[in-house]
Amino acid sequence: MQSGSGLEKMPGGILVTTIEKLANWARKGSLWPATFGLACCAIEMMAAGAGRYDLARFGMEVFRASPRQADLMIVSGRVSQKMAPVLRTIYDQMPEPKWVISMGVCATSGGMFNNYAIVQGVDQIVPVDMYVPGCPPRPEMLIDGILKLHEKVRSGEPRSKLVLQDTGGRR
Amino acid sequence: MSELETPRLDRPTDELVDEAVVRPGEAHDLPPATAAEQVSLNERRAKQVIAMGGGDWAEVTARADAEDQDDVMVINMGPQHPSTHGVLRLVVTLRGEEVTSLQPVVGYLHTGIEKSTEFRTWVQGVTFVTRMDYLAPIFNETAYCLAVEKLLGIEAPPRAQALRVLMMELNRISSHLVWLATTGLELGALSMMLYGFREREEILDILEDVTGLRMNHAWVRPAGLSQDLPDGTEDKVRAFVRDMDGKVDEYETLLTNNPIWVERTRGIGELGLDQLIDLGVTGPMLRAAGLDHDLRKAEPYCGYEQYDFDVPTATGADVYARYRVRVAEMRESLKIVEQVLDSLPGGPVMLEDPKIAWPARLALGPDGLGNSPAHVRHIMGESMEALIHHFKMVTEGFKVPQGEVYVPVESPRGELGYHVVSDGGNLPYRVHVRDPSFVNLQSAAPMMEGRLLVADIIAALSSIDPVLGGVDR
Amino acid sequence: MTSATAFQPPDALQPVLTGLREHFPDAVVEVSGHRGEVTVELDRAHLVEVATWLRDDPAARFRLLADLSGTDYLKLDDRPERLCVDYHLYSFDHNARLRLKVRVSVEDPHVPTVTGVWATANWHEREVYDFFGVRFDGHPNLIRILMPEDWKGYPQRKDYPLGGVDVEYKGAHVPPPDTRRYRGGWTST
Repeated sequence: MQSGSGLEKMPGGILVTTIEKLANWARKGSLWPATFGLACCAIEMMAAGAGRYDLARFGMEVFRASPRQADLMIVSGRVSQKMAPVLRTIYDQMPEPKWVISMGVCATSGGMFNNYAIVQGVDQIVPVDMYVPGCPPRPEMLIDGILKLHEKVRSGEPRSKLVLQDTGGRR
Repeated sequence: MSELETPRLDRPTDELVDEAVVRPGEAHDLPPATAAEQVSLNERRAKQVIAMGGGDWAEVTARADAEDQDDVMVINMGPQHPSTHGVLRLVVTLRGEEVTSLQPVVGYLHTGIEKSTEFRTWVQGVTFVTRMDYLAPIFNETAYCLAVEKLLGIEAPPRAQALRVLMMELNRISSHLVWLATTGLELGALSMMLYGFREREEILDILEDVTGLRMNHAWVRPAGLSQDLPDGTEDKVRAFVRDMDGKVDEYETLLTNNPIWVERTRGIGELGLDQLIDLGVTGPMLRAAGLDHDLRKAEPYCGYEQYDFDVPTATGADVYARYRVRVAEMRESLKIVEQVLDSLPGGPVMLEDPKIAWPARLALGPDGLGNSPAHVRHIMGESMEALIHHFKMVTEGFKVPQGEVYVPVESPRGELGYHVVSDGGNLPYRVHVRDPSFVNLQSAAPMMEGRLLVADIIAALSSIDPVLGGVDR
Repeated sequence: MTSATAFQPPDALQPVLTGLREHFPDAVVEVSGHRGEVTVELDRAHLVEVATWLRDDPAARFRLLADLSGTDYLKLDDRPERLCVDYHLYSFDHNARLRLKVRVSVEDPHVPTVTGVWATANWHEREVYDFFGVRFDGHPNLIRILMPEDWKGYPQRKDYPLGGVDVEYKGAHVPPPDTRRYRGGWTST
């Protein structure tokens, strides 16, 4: 049974708007991340989930190992050419609605590694909803990004779609 | 082809015990599934319900052995898996629960760091190598800078060396804490994760005060350090050392004699000393097999010979022994940190040679740390040569004489070696890193094949302590 | 590089070098030293027997193969054997280190494997094959290890580009690092 798209297709009205708001509030209140820790940013993500910068207060301390039970993928770390198909597979395995946070500069744009081995930005492969820069971003920066994403979820903003840019043959 | 239905058993569940045990040749006694005639024997077996009481297990396994069932399963663990310390893929062949073969596949984090250093200056190389083994970045930086200094034929000032030792030992403690935290998490001691990261935050606070960043610091530079300790650091470190000893006692109370921990780690993942040396394994894994080889004692660097500390060893060569060795190493590191603070020499932290030293004169200004106003006035207003010098040193850097060196240091995982080749220019010609995680991970297959059950793979893998950033570089 | 007579090898290595010259006179191409480290360049045909002798002889006992790395000497000297494989050995008993070198050309990049001597060479040789294209004869499983299995080319050779894309910053294009002008610098004293 599809969750998000069913609600969005229903006809409008006060009752339905309230249900939408309730559903969005519930979604943002327990957004479960899938473990996708790759490199140094993963350690900061683990630190964000640990005692001092506690993600549990946002309902997110359960990092689901199985993507089928997760709704948020935090891509934390550099994505190599070998890892890119795996990333896409995990993203496809997550059920709708799902969001992606690209944590750190390596996931956002390739970071300091502008070379043959690293995908220059994970938005080449999956649509990204929130970019958190930093090398690595402090746990507080990650939490700031997560809270902004919560706002986005709660307001029911349409999710990002993957738009492939025409690079004009420069690649 | 029609879908096979799971056979429905019309008997009450408490009667299933003993009755539903499948004996050879009795597979057809279960209620037939739809289109049962078209189902092969193997597929029918897959749909059988096997429920048993305690006494039947030996019988069932004996039957399985006698029939030589094809219970071989190939399982893919990773690269996305919460328990493999990063993006490591294990292709495991199982017979029942026993591992018959294990093949690690690495390369999912390959970043091309070694090639990237060939296109950056010697000082910029520090920022690249620090991101390889991201749990022990100071070790990467120090080893790289020691190699560059060896090529240049210089030595960093004594205060810089002592501070390098201080930071390295703090980093060793924080790396072992992450190891303890993740191993505890994977073996079920979830609170260990929280304790480990709580202590690590204290160390990261100190590191942030001194270097400016929590991770990936780029603080150690060739010919010294980028900045000295700020005021008040010494008190903070001493307070941390006092606290930490009690905390290590807490961890030992939780784990060392805990019967669950001992059951899950004792006797798991044993590898003899000869085999370990043949596989090139170094670090706590080697010391847990009885050989007290530690590069800080065998080939001292950065002034380690002046500090008094022991090299903990154990003889079990299993996961439990490695745990004991790492916890003991944390205590030894605390001893070294105290000794460094007690005997810290004064003086500069960067060599005074203007042809090599980083030209900035850093000072705390209103907008944070930056070049001191006196220095800016000097280069902008007073001396053209100083301006050119500053500019060239920052953009092009210094040249290193031609040659090659190999410098090893003792990182928390083993021997971290840098093989650096210079062609006489201002860019490195080749930087190769002998990362201990890469070499130690090779011992995964001999450790586990034919000897371990599935659940023990996690414990044994975790005792190798691989950091995939170092494995894949 | 300095010649064998111009440098003094550490005491622990004296018997090793003498033994090498006695037992394998035609295997050693050159012995050199730099900053206290000794490098022995070998002919590849004798690599395995020299390695076995170094591991087993009581004066040497180099039981640990610390590192096996590759270098591409394309821009450093003009010899036709551009690809170099370095073996870094360590002896626990004598606390000594030694470096062996074998050089091969790109047209004939075959080196015998030392996995029979030190088991740790397995993954190291796969890595050198992956990045430089050196074929290790007799290796049990010579496939790529860090790059994807169907990758073409050997990335750490000097004629393989770094790759990377143009970066656009406030309207200007910053070219990838391997196309920027970086050479120069101060000569250190």
